[in-house]
Amino acid sequence: MSAEPVSTPAAPARPTGRFGDAGRRVAASIIAVLLALACGAILIALWGVNPVSAYGALLNGAFGNLNSIAETLLRAIPLTCTGLAVAFAFRAGTFNIGAEGQLMFGGAAAAAVGLALPHLPPLLLIPSMMGSAMIAGALWSLLPGVLKLRFGANELITTIMLNYVAIHFISFLLYGPMQESAGYLAQTDRLDRATTLPQLIERTRLHIGFLIVLGVVALSHFALWHTSWGYKLRVVGLNARVALNSGMAVTALTVSAFLVSGALAGLAGYMEVVGVQRRMIEGLSPGFGYTGIIVALLGGTSPLGVLAAAILFAALQVGATTMETAEGVPSTLATIIQGLVVLFVIGRGTIDLALRRRGSA
Amino acid sequence: MPSPAAAPMPALALSGVTVRFGTFTANDRIDFSVGSGEVHALLGENGAGKTTLMRVVAGLLKPQDGTIAINGTPVTLNSPLDAAALGIGMVHQHFMLVPPLSVAQNAALGLPRVGRFFPDMRRVRADLAEISERYGLEVDPDAIVGDLTVAGQQRVEIVKALYRGARIFVLDEPTAVLAPKEVEGLFRVLRMLAEAGTAMVFISHKLNEVMEISNRVSVLRQGKLVATRATAETSGAELARLMIGSDFELPHVSDTVPQDAPVRLEARSLAYRDERGVPRLDGLDLSVRRGEIVGIAGVDGNGQQELAEVLTGLRQPQSGTLMIDGTDVTGSDPARRIGLGLAHVPEDRQRTGIVDLSIAENAVLETIDRPPASRRGILSHSAIRAFAETLIADYDVRCTGPRQPITTLSGGNQQKVILGRALSRDPGVIVAVQPTRGLDVGATAFVHRQLLEQRRRGAAIVLVSTELDEVLALSDRVLVIYAGRIVGELPRNQIALDRLSALMTGQAAA
Repeated sequence: MSAEPVSTPAAPARPTGRFGDAGRRVAASIIAVLLALACGAILIALWGVNPVSAYGALLNGAFGNLNSIAETLLRAIPLTCTGLAVAFAFRAGTFNIGAEGQLMFGGAAAAAVGLALPHLPPLLLIPSMMGSAMIAGALWSLLPGVLKLRFGANELITTIMLNYVAIHFISFLLYGPMQESAGYLAQTDRLDRATTLPQLIERTRLHIGFLIVLGVVALSHFALWHTSWGYKLRVVGLNARVALNSGMAVTALTVSAFLVSGALAGLAGYMEVVGVQRRMIEGLSPGFGYTGIIVALLGGTSPLGVLAAAILFAALQVGATTMETAEGVPSTLATIIQGLVVLFVIGRGTIDLALRRRGSA
Repeated sequence: MPSPAAAPMPALALSGVTVRFGTFTANDRIDFSVGSGEVHALLGENGAGKTTLMRVVAGLLKPQDGTIAINGTPVTLNSPLDAAALGIGMVHQHFMLVPPLSVAQNAALGLPRVGRFFPDMRRVRADLAEISERYGLEVDPDAIVGDLTVAGQQRVEIVKALYRGARIFVLDEPTAVLAPKEVEGLFRVLRMLAEAGTAMVFISHKLNEVMEISNRVSVLRQGKLVATRATAETSGAELARLMIGSDFELPHVSDTVPQDAPVRLEARSLAYRDERGVPRLDGLDLSVRRGEIVGIAGVDGNGQQELAEVLTGLRQPQSGTLMIDGTDVTGSDPARRIGLGLAHVPEDRQRTGIVDLSIAENAVLETIDRPPASRRGILSHSAIRAFAETLIADYDVRCTGPRQPITTLSGGNQQKVILGRALSRDPGVIVAVQPTRGLDVGATAFVHRQLLEQRRRGAAIVLVSTELDEVLALSDRVLVIYAGRIVGELPRNQIALDRLSALMTGQAAA
């Protein structure tokens, strides 16, 4: 099935609507995940466990009952937020590896507002906590944005470096001015009940933050594909010179992408503080900011794709615990599988190319 | 100077070399030779096939037809290694050097005879010093390449090639990156090499340099070698004619632009220096009236690209003023100029004109912020699609529909989308740069008709093109650009080709 040579200029253009392309990209992502799982199966077999039953346990742990589904979706909340954060930056042609630090600032800001204004009615308190978390994340992401635009500093480096600055600065706050009254641990006092988000499913930890995140996904999708801002952001990301030549305010658009990206990461921090920990703690994030990069890439930097990828990674993480207890497969193997997904996602271009060849043969 | 004709066997001889890309013939039965001690210049506009021919000699491309002989022996060049082994040394426009390494390390890189695991760097340094001394190259073997000037790095390339045994040099536009003083230095080196019996192919489109350094000149045009001349027996004017072709006809545009038509675009004393401080625009003046096409003629690389980018706001000049319809736009960004009615048909479609999205999304690049494309920031996909469909119909874009990715269109159809996008705004000022480059005859005629229609409508048009016949056919006035200045102005009914050639090659005062 040899394909037509791509370089023939006279070849009639193949009708490729956006849908056809999108469909192929989704297929490539799914194949990448399946290949990673297949490699993981080999590793599990080498460990001496039947891969089928191990994966069965994983699936059961992630989706087996109402509580496990709730736990998976709860885990998907911050991953979706950080995934969207990275995706927006990506669409604008920049890299935000700093979601981790922005998340920490978001969490700290939410807790600070929640502790400072406990008597505010919830209808005011909840939005102001969420808003301050997003503003804190946005401001922290503005720093690498300004460094990039003003001094040409590579945001790939600055965002990573600023993660450490953020994490240690938050630690300082949690050991110092924000520390709990008891004064033992690097954490704030527990937040008042009024600050918490209502449960979504009874007798589980899943809260309505999940619905908020679904709304944010829908809003992001709308912003990217149905607003002139999103359109211009995509053009800047694809070719900044074309954007400039077309009269777009490239600098302002890039800054706006950094701000939105940071705000979304800050929102992840809010969700963890309010929905899971009920206080700001040191080590709030087990790498949500970094996993967000993989989620964004696997999701093809589209909001709906990010949501799907976030749920997949949440399932892998939540199900791994069950796989460990039920089948004796160390949960680190699940981490390895996540790593394999990354490798195959990076190689997804090859899968995409193979599908394209097959399509045009 | 040794007479090239006396050389019994050319150091390098190509005969009947043909290279095709699909249906496009980049090199059409090229016969070309260079003898020992000779500098043979290869002259031609961008896209004439110079680079393709050079890649054949470098072993990077295999011709479909023709033979290559070195010192009379037919050879097959399967890779750059083969070419190097046969004594062919390349000096590319973009140097093939590793900046953090020293000169000696660069020269020795990958060379088996230096020793694989324990290279004898002392030998390398001594050899390089000796070569540098012999040809007056002033290259320090211990210098770090990245610390050297561009001219210094170029000399490193030459030393490196000599060290690796090159007897035939191919220099691809070696002066393009050099300041005038540095060009003199390079020419001194080339003369030394010629005296030592090295054969040199000097690729350029700068006529005065070719006249100065070469023994023979060959002119490429549209893939064909149109002439080979002994430099002493030709003139810059003749070469210019050969390069751009003299077969043109003026179309019958009877009406003339009234003298009192308002000036829509006015540039005064524009000066632009590039990142290296080389002046690209040097006090350039330009004014275009309503309903007028002003052609900018000139040999490529004399500031045309910089002029277009300064006019459109992609670059900011260091001094000078720029007005659109009486409004000062000096220093303003492209957005403001577009708002004032400027349209840009860019030279480099892929890099500046289109983005890897659908035809519809490309059609609204400049109008996305206003109705009907969007209202209050919300896109109207139906209006965008409708606009694209109209554009596709009006401009005869051959495609499957507005959703087709623009990158899958041919160059001519991409250009139609760019043109349609720009002209649909009824622009007051149009800057069109090489608007028909790479287009077939039909598409070219279409673009020309559209530009004349805009002229009739009252737009002021700057047409920058190295296609002389295009400039002559469309322009009310032709301005000749040379070394970043307008050196002459010719009204459309008073264009003498000899005078034009002289101006274009800097051999006549304005």
